[in-house]
Amino acid sequence: MSEILSVKNLSKRFDDLTVLDNINLSVNEGEVVVIVGPSGCGKSTFLRCLNGLEDIQDGEIILDGENISHDKKTLQKNREKIGMVFQSYDLFPHKTILDNVTLAPIKVKKRNKKEVEQEALALLERVGLLSKKDNYPRQLSGGQKQRVAIVRALIMQPKVLLLDEITAALDPEMVHEVLDVVLSLAKEGRTMLIVTHEMQFARAVADKIIFIDGGKIVEEGTPSEFFDNPKTDRLKKFLQTFSYNK
Amino acid sequence: MGFDVLFKGTNFIRLLAGLGVALKISLISVAISIPLGIILGMIMTTKNVVIKAVTRLYLEIVRIMPQMVLLFIVFFGATRALGINLSAETASIIVFSFWGTAEMSDLVRGALTGIPVIQYESSFALGLSPLQTYVYVIIPQIVRRMIPLSINLITRMIKTTSLVMMIGIVEVLKVGQQIIEANRKSSPNAAFGVFATVFLLYFLACYPISCLSKYLEKKWEN
Ligand SMILES: Nc1ncnc2c1ncn2[C@@H]1O[C@H](COP(=O)(O)OP(=O)(O)O)[C@@H](O)[C@H]1O
Ligand SMILES: [Mg+2]
Repeated sequence: MSEILSVKNLSKRFDDLTVLDNINLSVNEGEVVVIVGPSGCGKSTFLRCLNGLEDIQDGEIILDGENISHDKKTLQKNREKIGMVFQSYDLFPHKTILDNVTLAPIKVKKRNKKEVEQEALALLERVGLLSKKDNYPRQLSGGQKQRVAIVRALIMQPKVLLLDEITAALDPEMVHEVLDVVLSLAKEGRTMLIVTHEMQFARAVADKIIFIDGGKIVEEGTPSEFFDNPKTDRLKKFLQTFSYNK
Repeated sequence: MGFDVLFKGTNFIRLLAGLGVALKISLISVAISIPLGIILGMIMTTKNVVIKAVTRLYLEIVRIMPQMVLLFIVFFGATRALGINLSAETASIIVFSFWGTAEMSDLVRGALTGIPVIQYESSFALGLSPLQTYVYVIIPQIVRRMIPLSINLITRMIKTTSLVMMIGIVEVLKVGQQIIEANRKSSPNAAFGVFATVFLLYFLACYPISCLSKYLEKKWEN
């Protein structure tokens, strides 16, 4: 398996506040990495650094062999290779579902509109939303919107897909339909970095789990190492917060 | 009922011409206010506190002052105090543009700051450049929010032009009064007919615009 994403000595500060401190991570093609950690530990910031929504103070990010962390041009050129879905619903409210999905491939990749639409319809069908293609985002439920957001990112054929707590704002009964889509993407070999608080889902989907606390990677391992044999006290404590029995 | 006076001589034509004057003043003012308001509204989204305070003050002054007071200040103030010779029409256009720019800038500011950051970010994340993001994602949303509101502002400006007769401009309401005066003996009921007609003329000028605004609002509600 070849390495698709490599993060070396990444540090991120907001003024005096160090949010990420010397992060190293290597992700292989087809690998699913789940990132967990207490709220405010820097998970979102980490994902945002990876696709250039935040600038970094130190280190480098190498995507598919290209260093994207140094100049804006290289970043802009490579941005379409990293898809991202956010926690809050971020569809474009003035566009139909179909237009939301086809905008980027048509404008960024300059692809043929007919062709892109065919592909978009196939993807929408796959997530069970073909019948919503002419609706507007406001007419969809939260879970449906997140599935569209996934499709919108997927159609750009990103090398890496970043998912930042995409079910955190959903009503409980809608969580499943979104996670099912993510699980099916993992099965077909998509490379993903997933931030989530759904521990059972993490176990099911991850090849590797990393635990961030205080801006550092504190522990890293396979799901079974991670959940069954946590090494550090900090991880043990963190995992305990997810169970009711003391 | 007093409608008969309308058909005497050129009375009805004169009323229409009066409406024309009112529309001309308001449309020129609107044409000035929209671009200036857009520029000022964009300036108002700055983080600079001084600029913010100054623009805020301007907005407050315009809102607090009755338009009639502004008209008097500009028309009489400029001619008497500063010795500048302004025609009544120019003075009204200045006042209405001063007012319209303020209201417009606040609409633009509201529309701009109302677009969530996540809209920019998710567009960037899809690989759209900043320019593409503005063109395909941000500006269409701003326009959708702005158009119904600015149409509403335009109808308010048209209605408020009836004040310009206070500085001697013969617009539709003033023509109406003149017709009533001239026919006081021959048709004492002229007031009703004339004012009903003036009402109808304003209605005909503003109603289609406000319908358009309602239609767009419905169409674009998010
Ligand atoms: N734009 C910002 N400016 C200043 N501090 C920020 C900014 N964004 C995030 N932070 C801070 O960085 C830390 C990590 O935030 P975040 O990455 O959102 O955490 P998580 O996603 O793990 O909950 C928090 O302390 C947060 O307050
Ligand atoms: Mg977060």
